[in-house]
Amino acid sequence: MEPIRIKGRGISKGSAGGEVLLSEDPISFLGNVDPQTGKIVDPEHCLFGKNIAGKVLVFPHGKGSTVGSYVIYQLFKNGVAPVAMVNLECEPIVAVGAIISEIPLVDGLESNPFEMLKDGMNVSVDGNEGWLEIKD
Amino acid sequence: MYLTPEEERILAGERGPTLQKAMEILVALGDIYEADRLIPIKSAQIAGVSYKTMGDAGLEWISDLEGKVQVPSILNPAGMDLERWQEMGVSAQFAEKQQEIIQAYRSLGIEVQCTCTPYYLQSFSASYGDHLAWSESSAVSYANSVIGARTNREGGPSALCAALVGKTANYGYHLDENRTPELMISVDCELDASDYAVLGYIAGKAAGKRVPLFRMQSTPHRDQLKALGAAMAASGAVALYHVEGVTPESCRKDFELPAEQLTIERKQIDEVYETVSGDGITECDSAAVGCPHCSPEELEDVAAKLEGKVVDNNVWIFTSREVAASNPRLVERIEKSGAKVLCDTCMVVSPATDKFSHMAVNSGKAYAYLPGMCKVAATIANIEKCMEKGGGAHSD
Repeated sequence: MEPIRIKGRGISKGSAGGEVLLSEDPISFLGNVDPQTGKIVDPEHCLFGKNIAGKVLVFPHGKGSTVGSYVIYQLFKNGVAPVAMVNLECEPIVAVGAIISEIPLVDGLESNPFEMLKDGMNVSVDGNEGWLEIKD
Repeated sequence: MYLTPEEERILAGERGPTLQKAMEILVALGDIYEADRLIPIKSAQIAGVSYKTMGDAGLEWISDLEGKVQVPSILNPAGMDLERWQEMGVSAQFAEKQQEIIQAYRSLGIEVQCTCTPYYLQSFSASYGDHLAWSESSAVSYANSVIGARTNREGGPSALCAALVGKTANYGYHLDENRTPELMISVDCELDASDYAVLGYIAGKAAGKRVPLFRMQSTPHRDQLKALGAAMAASGAVALYHVEGVTPESCRKDFELPAEQLTIERKQIDEVYETVSGDGITECDSAAVGCPHCSPEELEDVAAKLEGKVVDNNVWIFTSREVAASNPRLVERIEKSGAKVLCDTCMVVSPATDKFSHMAVNSGKAYAYLPGMCKVAATIANIEKCMEKGGGAHSD
């Protein structure tokens, strides 16, 4: 099958590929995520118990404290950050966290990623040009 | 967003990796908020200082940076008094990490003044119309509302990037169209002292992140405006407000009155005084004043209330190091009672507060934050009652 490319806006540079992990809920990196392991630790969160390490993490937007940017950096330094991130609409906490951690991040895709994507799908994200590609 | 050729070169990495990252962040924020360009800033106030909130992740990031800030820059409050931390009961391990954070900022050319009231510092003035990149929510509110300067509420990294580049993205409160009032709040009674902090606590919840315009029966002075704004930024996300006939923009501009209107009554204010914030089954075991940091006038007020008295409990009065150093006589008068005048920190960001169970405060901001951030219940009262109920102040 030909890969499908969806255009969006590049927020944080770089490109990477991996398996999709979808979160319908917004993510507060401070509080929702354990920076040592990458596990979602908030029982109220839809990804509770799942691990975001090495995934292409797709979520609506970030929320909560601005310290969340540093938590993303801590995940990165601990080797348990997502390989790429996709937002419906990016806000500063996640944007800053992604840039300082050199995690590719795109937002504002032309098609709704929650309709196009399923958990475990193999995708690439390019933050330089701003697109997501579905490989299978 | 338009970038000048020089800004493009920074973004391409020609001025080194730190400036490149800083520019990437400014450009990303500019894109998110649809800024047209970057604008020069006069000064920066950088958040992300207390080791309690930053943790090792934050320390690691700032330690990895190189270069020097381009505009006068200072810091938010730290997790302890940088000199008297032992008296606060802060552990040596925490103190060591905190000093590492301060040292990392110092090596970037940032002046080590850790305060939420930068506008009281002699060398750090801001004037009407100045563009700034400030972080601490009450300082942002004061700069926008009381001074009439212009700043968004910068996050720690974005303020630091703005300081390194000397510019910030032109969006939000930098633009006229985002500074007009959206909600009219009438206050139906005369207010005094901590009443403004309580009003702010109520109004912030109602306003959310909108810009309120107040119509008041009494005329608040600058410290009361500070308390009002600090509380609204904590119970809500208000970064700019106007008071008819008092704040500079409402005096200079002929604002259209907002369609949405609400009235706050004396009864609502009294209810907050009677309600403990958080789990407060115990009596107060401590008192703190200085959230935001005390002005010289507020130190004078505290000193007068403690004249000829001694306190039985911990009473902490927070101010900036510069204000304390310029007013040694006031510090001495306050400390004669057993209260401590502490600098560089406050009750909300210091881990030393965790040992208390119920604190009396005169701050709507502390009242909003102490239960969540410190697991300490809070009662709000004027300074005199704080000293009595929380501090156990009595005649010597």
